[in-house]
Amino acid sequence: MAATATPALEAGPLIRIPRFMKRPKNTDGLVGWLTTIDHKRIGILYGVTAFIFFLVGGIEALLIRLQLATPNGKILTAQVYNQVFTMHGTTMVFLVIMPMSAAFFNYLVPLQIGARDVAFPRLNAFSYWMFLLGGLFLYSSMLLGGMPNGGWFGYAPNTSITYSPGHNIDFWVFGILLLGIGSTASAANLIVTTINMRAPGMRLLRMPIFSWMSLVANFLLLFALPVITIALFLLMFDRQWGTHFFDPLAGGDPVLWQQLFWIFGHPEVYILILPAMGIVSEIMPVFARKPLFGYPVMVFSGIAIGFMGWGVWVHHMFAVGLGPVATAAFSVSTMLIAVPTGVKIFNWLGTMWGGSLRFKTPMLFAIGFVVMFTIGGLSGVTHALVPADRQQTDTYYIVAHFHYVLFGGSILGLFGGIYYWYPKIFGRQLNDTLGKWHFWVMLTGFNLTFGPFHILGLQGMPRRIYTYASNMGWNVLNMISTIGAFIIALGVLIFMYNVWQTHRAGVAAADDPWDARTLEWITPNPTPAYNYLEVPVVTHQDDFWHQKYTEDETGRLVRVADGATLVQRRATPEDHIHLPSPSYWPLVAAFGAPIIAYGQVYKMYAISAVGVLVLLTGLYAWAVEPSTEPPDPEDEVHEAPALPSGTAAAAELAGVAGAVGSGGASGGGEPALPAGEAFTPAEDADD
Amino acid sequence: MADTLPAAHAHADAHHATSTGISNEKMAMWAFLASDCLLFGALISTYILYRHKAVAGPTPHSLYDIPFTSVSSFVLLMSSLSMALAVAAIQRGDERRLRVWLSTTALLGSVFIGGQIYEFTSFIRRGMTIKTNVTSGAFFVLTGFHGVHVTLGILMLLSLVSLSIRGKIPQAKAEVVEIAGLYWHFVDIVWIIIFTVIYLIP
Repeated sequence: MAATATPALEAGPLIRIPRFMKRPKNTDGLVGWLTTIDHKRIGILYGVTAFIFFLVGGIEALLIRLQLATPNGKILTAQVYNQVFTMHGTTMVFLVIMPMSAAFFNYLVPLQIGARDVAFPRLNAFSYWMFLLGGLFLYSSMLLGGMPNGGWFGYAPNTSITYSPGHNIDFWVFGILLLGIGSTASAANLIVTTINMRAPGMRLLRMPIFSWMSLVANFLLLFALPVITIALFLLMFDRQWGTHFFDPLAGGDPVLWQQLFWIFGHPEVYILILPAMGIVSEIMPVFARKPLFGYPVMVFSGIAIGFMGWGVWVHHMFAVGLGPVATAAFSVSTMLIAVPTGVKIFNWLGTMWGGSLRFKTPMLFAIGFVVMFTIGGLSGVTHALVPADRQQTDTYYIVAHFHYVLFGGSILGLFGGIYYWYPKIFGRQLNDTLGKWHFWVMLTGFNLTFGPFHILGLQGMPRRIYTYASNMGWNVLNMISTIGAFIIALGVLIFMYNVWQTHRAGVAAADDPWDARTLEWITPNPTPAYNYLEVPVVTHQDDFWHQKYTEDETGRLVRVADGATLVQRRATPEDHIHLPSPSYWPLVAAFGAPIIAYGQVYKMYAISAVGVLVLLTGLYAWAVEPSTEPPDPEDEVHEAPALPSGTAAAAELAGVAGAVGSGGASGGGEPALPAGEAFTPAEDADD
Repeated sequence: MADTLPAAHAHADAHHATSTGISNEKMAMWAFLASDCLLFGALISTYILYRHKAVAGPTPHSLYDIPFTSVSSFVLLMSSLSMALAVAAIQRGDERRLRVWLSTTALLGSVFIGGQIYEFTSFIRRGMTIKTNVTSGAFFVLTGFHGVHVTLGILMLLSLVSLSIRGKIPQAKAEVVEIAGLYWHFVDIVWIIIFTVIYLIP
């Protein structure tokens, strides 16, 4: 590997870096993964970690279903049951769907918009390590006196020190805070990347729909996470410092927690579903062999969902009794938000209508998404009707609803994305037959598990009970549901076998295996470290497809080029492609955060102080090391060294004037970068 | 802070034009501040909710000294002026005045923090701690959170001064100072709202 041995130029005088912390140069092996700042590797790390947490959350779900399979279940005690359902919810929301979506954001957004990396590669690595360490911190509670047990919503004052002594809730509070820091940083990073790093000609309304939905979801994250951060912050003060924010005896208002939590919690719902909607909107046109029906409408309905998502949170609180005005207003807004969602569903149908459909595995998952999500959406609209909602609140009907949108929606969409982009990411094609087995087994299991919940809920079975009496009439449906849960587990096992089999004996994927439409497929599979050998110049929405097809005089579609011939060649050492250099410091900085949190949980402030020291060391060293090491003179005789930042300010000054006119639409007149602008040598080539 | 320090050296990435013409670092600072608005928004809402909900003990209304806090607020607002002068200085390429005005800004910020520490100790001595009632809790958490922001800002300013002494902030890097200024002005504007809500609305 070509690499620089030059010590960090600017770091010298400020802090002395120990020899073993010298700038890493090797991108192989464990150190390579620990220090990577490549958005694609970080995306893979997000995806693999989220999948492992998916298995953990799934095992928790199976435990819940085993306990409830029969009346008077004895598998779990009430105390353990509370911990298991709390961690199931917390895991699936914060450690599975959010980071799995982040995996796709990270991997795909820079590729789809024609960029070489995200705007802040090291901040990106920091976000991932915060996610991993935050997740491990949460689960370390299992060994340290018990997992959180207050539900994923953590309603105060139930979670206050009076009613929840012990450290369970402390782990939840600090765990979610840690995860929130990582997610906020990642959201800001991806927003800047999407707005600012588009290839020439990649106007906002030419951006692939997944990048659009990612942008909306990241704006929601940016604004929603601070609200739960404050809620957790106040709860932490109540628990650790004796304040009374959620103490009704001292004038505290328990509804404050609910307001803050759901102001975060409802946008969060769209944070969980919008990425999957984006994935499905990418898959459908490719396998229907038609452009996405109503692309601008799809974009604007996504934005509309993003805005309206802020005005519906009280429908989680209709049973609280906030008075007729608030209740009526939020009832109406909840019905209204069904409109842009419905627009999307009809546009997916419009995309498939009249297309020549190819029922490959990704397409099956996409269609499954539309159907299951529609069922979940319809049961969701029933919550807008306040009298009905009062009956449904805290019953299994609610559980049915959100599993249809989160599993039937998000999880199916994400699996579809895994099948669709697997060749791009790993250069191998997952077996289509096994994929279809996976889909049908999982779809069957899913409906067996969660379909009966609708009826159980309407029959009055409450949520969060750890057992029930045998004469309630719930026995058969609960048993069916448990059987369904194990069928889902079988589906996941088929998927894991498929992955194992693919890597053991699978064939390498061809370039452009699906006859795809978007820019990312113009790079070879798997994507090389530098993404684009030449930064593309974009002239159409679905630019790649327009390079392959055109219309003749009669309007018939004519193929003018084979996808595989358009795919960019891989770089050779002569191309001198420069990439930002790997770094230890994001990992070091992130490592400080859980140490601070442990110190706070146990009120051992010396430990927290050590954590602060680690965090500050990491941040400071990160700040003073250049993002990109200058090229090694021996290696790069004919390359100009990375420019000092003088040009940045000049470009900025010129840009302020330019920004007014271009409005971001024209790509700011950015020249197509020749391979090897400004980045350090990190020769990637073919390995 | 975490966002801005790395920004100071991330220019190697950004020396080609961006799609909007605004540098990545500056846009990231705007995004961070937008997010920060919601943090303060939630805390200010909490304070407004709990303003008159105390069931025991003194509240900020019965203890505060409006003339004193008005003076320290004025000091903080003046620091925005010196911050703007610092940005103007480095845009002209005047590194010496940059350091003078950055130091002035940091000093004014420290005076404000000193005033806040004095106010907190005086409240605590007169029997109002964070535990006393919901109003006092909301008061200390909101103003303390703002104070932490100012303190981080002071550290950022001092880091810039030390960088400038070693010649690392030439005119071409004026944007680093400008980005720090965005943060500083934001913290000042938030204080105007907090001051109004806590001290001026009866």
